Amino acid sequence: MILNIALRELRSMFLSPLAWTVLAVTQLILCWIFFTQIDSFFSIQKELTTLPNAPGVIDLIAAPVLEVASIILLMISPLLTMRLISEERRNGTLTLLLSSPISISEIVFGKFLGITLFYLILIGMISLMPLSLMMGTELDLGKLAAGLLGLLLLLCSFAAAGLFLSSLTANPVVAAISTFGLLLLLWIIENSSNNGADNIFNYLSLTHHVTPLLRGMVNSVDLAYFALFIITFLLLTIRQMDAERLQG
Amino acid sequence: MSLITVNNLVRYYGNHRAVDNISFTLKTGDILGFLGPNGAGKSTTMQMLSGNLAPHEGEIHINGFDLLDDPKRAKAEIGYLPEQPPLYKEMMVDEYLAYCARLHRIEKPRIDNAIKLAKTRCGLMESGHRLIANLSKGYQQRVGIAQAILHSPKVIILDEPTVGLDPNQIREIRDLIVKLGQEHGIILCTHILPEVESVCNRVQIINKGKLVYEADMADLLDERTAGFHEIVLLHPPSINQIYAVADINNVERINDNTFLVHTTNSTAENIVNAAVANNWGLIKLIPHEKTLEQIFVDLTLSDEKRSDKNNAEIES
Repeated sequence: MILNIALRELRSMFLSPLAWTVLAVTQLILCWIFFTQIDSFFSIQKELTTLPNAPGVIDLIAAPVLEVASIILLMISPLLTMRLISEERRNGTLTLLLSSPISISEIVFGKFLGITLFYLILIGMISLMPLSLMMGTELDLGKLAAGLLGLLLLLCSFAAAGLFLSSLTANPVVAAISTFGLLLLLWIIENSSNNGADNIFNYLSLTHHVTPLLRGMVNSVDLAYFALFIITFLLLTIRQMDAERLQG
Repeated sequence: MSLITVNNLVRYYGNHRAVDNISFTLKTGDILGFLGPNGAGKSTTMQMLSGNLAPHEGEIHINGFDLLDDPKRAKAEIGYLPEQPPLYKEMMVDEYLAYCARLHRIEKPRIDNAIKLAKTRCGLMESGHRLIANLSKGYQQRVGIAQAILHSPKVIILDEPTVGLDPNQIREIRDLIVKLGQEHGIILCTHILPEVESVCNRVQIINKGKLVYEADMADLLDERTAGFHEIVLLHPPSINQIYAVADINNVERINDNTFLVHTTNSTAENIVNAAVANNWGLIKLIPHEKTLEQIFVDLTLSDEKRSDKNNAEIES
């Protein structure tokens, strides 16, 4: 049933120009970054050969591409998640889901899975760029996989937060703006703090946890952070929709 | 066993008691007309029956399953068409119905047949491959009904199903409702009174959250034809002479020439014969029917408005 809702969500995204536009725009911008990185890689290649333990193509090309991707998607993700629940509420189709023999958690997980599937497609397309380098060189696939995992976890967190804020309102634009505000705050919160390792702002910051992953370093702390982030927002969404049946 | 049992349902919006202690039942073969003025709590009640809103007090059993304790099994027995049909406009009719079928957990091999049956019943056979957004309002309404009957639920709840349709479509939908009523229990929520009169076999009126009237349509018809007649006579006899006519239950003198006569056999035959035989000079004979509309107005017009109306009548 979760899959059923997820696939409909995915289909409806591709039925409108929305999904195609997002794929095209991110791909275009990332291609540009990708080529400029390759260019700068060639210009410093000679010096690299003299260095012991020199950074490889993944560090110099793939990691910057993924970092730019995370920033682009920070801006785009709210636009994708804004309509998840608020639009169903506005069109009255939420009634269909609520009067069907399915639970609210199935609806929420279905919606979340739907957007996650879309992000998997998006990440699949992004990963083609660094993978194309395999034609000319050897890649550290482990590092690349860590980076892609980081991007996926980050996008799932965006989606979970967006889903929650979308469940609070019937107006998609309000959902988009508040999601963007929340994500941006969590994104920049690191900068406003001291560099103390156990700083609470650092702990809350998305950037702080995603950067090591994008650069190929998997810390269980970061994985736990994203898991908690996603689960918290999904549970909040379920709670919110349950409460709404009571408050109306 | 009744399909729906509702006990002491209460629902607040803030401090406002929108639904106040409503209880009723629905049996197979019932087409229950749920009437009330705007804002009386009709839609709120329907939303609670369909599980979209949680009641603050009371309980709802659907085909024996408690809607709060066992929501999945209870909801499986309901087909619900809300005021605004819940349609994904970007989907095709077939696609949409297939999605609804899966939401209602119809087994895979039975989905095709279920869709076909629902489409035939709602006159959508030709529209399977059209985008819902491109359908007219009437056809969208039909898709909404098709969605509600798709999984052949025991109970079908229709919230104003004929709003915005043209007269032909209204007739078709009404015929469809009568046909569905043979196998399902139906709650028809509306404020179009002729619709209730032509379709339903039971009627309930809700006002300010309270159930104020409940009757079988047959009883209502009996009551209606219970024979009140206003007669105007040119040469009025004494009131006792009218009482002497056979089958007269009650006579009331309204003014010199006008009487309100209540006959037991609900016809005015005897009184007319007597008037002719005794040369009372019958000028007017007006049957006074107690229509659903009259009942509705009597029960739902707020007290202030009614006294305003009375005052206006006295002044005029």
